[in-house]
Amino acid sequence: MARQSANVATRRDFIKVSAAAGGLMLSFSLVGETKAGGPIPGHLNAYIAIDADGVVTIASKNPEIGQGIKTSLPMMIAEELDVEWSQVRTVQADASTALYGLQIAGGSFATTLHWDQLRKVGAAARAMLVAAAAQAWGVPVSECATTSGMVTHKPSGRTAKYGELALRAAGLPPPDPKTLILKDPNTYRIIGKPQAQVDTAAIVTGKPLFGIDVQFPGMLYATFEKAPVFGAGVASADLAAAQTVKGVRKAFVVQGGPGLEGLLPGVAVVAESWWQARKGREKLNIQWTDHPTAQQSTTGFDTQAAALSKATPLSTERQDGDVATALAGATARVDAAYAYPFLAHAPLEPQNCTARFQDGKMEIWAPTQNPESGRQLVAKTLGIAPSDITIHMTRCGGGFGRRLANDYMVEAAWIAKEAGAPVKLLWTREDDLRHDFYRPAGWHFMSGGVDANGKLVAWKDHFVTLGGDTGKPLSSAAMSPTEFPARFVPNFKYDLSIIPCGIPTGPLRAPGSNALAFVVQSFIDELAHAAKIDPLAFRMSLLGDEPLVGTAGRDVYNAGRMKGVLKLVAEKSGWGSTKLGKRQGMGIAFHFSHLGYFAEVAQVRVALDGQVTVEKIWVAADVGRQIVNPSGAMNQVQGAVIDGLSAALGQKITIEDGAAAEHNFDAYRLLRINDAPPVEVHWLITDYPPTGLGEPALPPALPALCNAIFAATGRRVRQLPIDSGLLKA
Amino acid sequence: MAFKIDVDGAIRQADVEPGTPLLWTLRDALGILGPKFGCGIGQCGACTVHIDGAPVRSCGFPVENVGTSKITTIEGIGKTATGRKVQVAWSQLDVAQCGYCQPGQIMSATALLNQTAKPTDADIDAAMSGNICRCATYTRIRAAIKLASGQKAKA
Repeated sequence: MARQSANVATRRDFIKVSAAAGGLMLSFSLVGETKAGGPIPGHLNAYIAIDADGVVTIASKNPEIGQGIKTSLPMMIAEELDVEWSQVRTVQADASTALYGLQIAGGSFATTLHWDQLRKVGAAARAMLVAAAAQAWGVPVSECATTSGMVTHKPSGRTAKYGELALRAAGLPPPDPKTLILKDPNTYRIIGKPQAQVDTAAIVTGKPLFGIDVQFPGMLYATFEKAPVFGAGVASADLAAAQTVKGVRKAFVVQGGPGLEGLLPGVAVVAESWWQARKGREKLNIQWTDHPTAQQSTTGFDTQAAALSKATPLSTERQDGDVATALAGATARVDAAYAYPFLAHAPLEPQNCTARFQDGKMEIWAPTQNPESGRQLVAKTLGIAPSDITIHMTRCGGGFGRRLANDYMVEAAWIAKEAGAPVKLLWTREDDLRHDFYRPAGWHFMSGGVDANGKLVAWKDHFVTLGGDTGKPLSSAAMSPTEFPARFVPNFKYDLSIIPCGIPTGPLRAPGSNALAFVVQSFIDELAHAAKIDPLAFRMSLLGDEPLVGTAGRDVYNAGRMKGVLKLVAEKSGWGSTKLGKRQGMGIAFHFSHLGYFAEVAQVRVALDGQVTVEKIWVAADVGRQIVNPSGAMNQVQGAVIDGLSAALGQKITIEDGAAAEHNFDAYRLLRINDAPPVEVHWLITDYPPTGLGEPALPPALPALCNAIFAATGRRVRQLPIDSGLLKA
Repeated sequence: MAFKIDVDGAIRQADVEPGTPLLWTLRDALGILGPKFGCGIGQCGACTVHIDGAPVRSCGFPVENVGTSKITTIEGIGKTATGRKVQVAWSQLDVAQCGYCQPGQIMSATALLNQTAKPTDADIDAAMSGNICRCATYTRIRAAIKLASGQKAKA
């Protein structure tokens, strides 16, 4: 018995609901706007539909990867629409740049970008419903008010439910967005109240929600094996042997293209079930072509980094004051080499995608964080017009940045076309860990100095990173010249050297920051100890008295907000006043990323054999004036912190002979419940626009942990993951 | 080859080869999509089902070994009192992030509560450490198990 995934037809349902009952059209919600040059009265709205029974259907435009966006974005709309949350049904929108603009799960910027926009979507629809009621009753709009999905004429007490007004409202012109008055946040009844994820009931009962759950009659299943060595191609494969396995319909070589980001060479096996495809794959006996990347390894990169640290750097990316003189004159000087490994994303749902090619059109069901980029990749690779490609976004079983790349999507499309049947491609976990766009490894050769007053006066970082053919850092392997503590230390130098690397890299949750915070906040700790100053006091002094540093965009660093969270986390954690036992310690760290200000304290105990127990983490967070969904927000912060600890304590991808050496969760160790500490979260509400929470809680967790280990043992962790062997008493 | 197996209270016939893991029998042959595939080597627990009440990683359990045992999946566990309680606790505390591991977590938690009505933190660690949550919702998983067992959860 095959079953169609519930998510397959949502968009169609949505249109149907809208068409039956009438939707609302907003000048900036884009439906029809681009074609007609302006809103078309009575046309469908991209976000809101209300049926005659008053059920409000709200589309969530962005991919859901576990960040809770399918709940929080519709909450913004529902609040200003002025309905009960229980009246709302949310649906996942399909990929449509024309309707929704950018649809990406990345950068923690959905809240930032949509806070004003989607509240106005709701407010505009509300204004149209009020206008419809006023028109029907022949009364002035100013005499009407709304509450809980109902319009009331105040003088007469007459009421009408939104469901009764929706059809008429849909025929009215949308209001000028400038005339919209948004609610006073003190009156919020949805925003700021903890709401369970809208898919909770389906999740806990095992309903089909995810890409891997897409099924329909006549569908076949595929596996796809690629070269373990990045860049290598297929020399030969025993396709006939694979085809002897029962159920295998077809096995074929995919030539793929150049580069590591699109369709790679490999061998596809298509069968009536996935297990049969996998059994067929075992018989392929693939021989791979030679490739120079086979000469590359983690050990080799380490050796090259050490050599480069002693050579003249490729470039100097930033220079303030005179670091050499300041270091020479420093009262205390610290030199230290830091390093961190490649990491995999390892979302728990392995990469998969279902594709159907029929009559020149491609229909795709994909767990993707970045559908439009997938559409373009499929269009380019298969020579199909983008307008002939439909992408249904399924719920993603985790993303973490991995599904910003759509390699599995183009593979599924290619295989479905060649197989001549709808195909669900599913990777094994081994495929996933061997074919990631890894968080790049990096090396930092640090020197710092403090003066007689304990002030940080010199900071030098020779960053050795990985680069591609262009001589530029690989994806997510660059560091900004404004990365903290740039601009906070009078004598500052950032040198850069690059190791050529054939391993594909990409953004992992809090890209850049997930590695740099470890280096920067650990080294600050080293300097605080060298200056014999409390690590918190040292940081407060470093942040200085100027509240704002930088002038434009993401270069603005609000030191005042950071000091606020530092102060709060110190207070809540009992920093400096907690009595700690032997081999027990507390560490503090902060980091600004994705517009969020985070400070964290870790408390650890290190056993005599070096085993680290994280006893507790405290977090203070400043993401502005409004937490949209406190339940989801808390979950994101706690999860991100533990994710950071997981990376620090156990994760690494080792490159050996140009391939990843860790293939599954026995070797690639994710933190489990027995190692998960309590994470206590405190919000610092400040009068700034609300910003995102998917990522910024993660970076400080790693250095807070490492600094706590130093406090407990006197041993400084300068290389990740933490080697407990180095922490033995 | 046809195997008759008892899944969630119904006898179902699956036409698969011997050696096919129970997970793929359930998912591809029977369309029971609740149990998830995460690693294929019994390391992550996303595929957990109950066989005669005991939690089993279905990704490594060959279909021919099922015999006359009763299989319960996430799709049927809500029909049991404990399973229902666990699902309700999971909903009340809004445990999930991506949600992909949660069917397995709920199956392991239900098996734990069937064995130990009021589990301690140590009991929870022992019973639940075979289930990975990549989103790291462990704080709420622990709290939900406490809630389902009528114990007060720590913050």
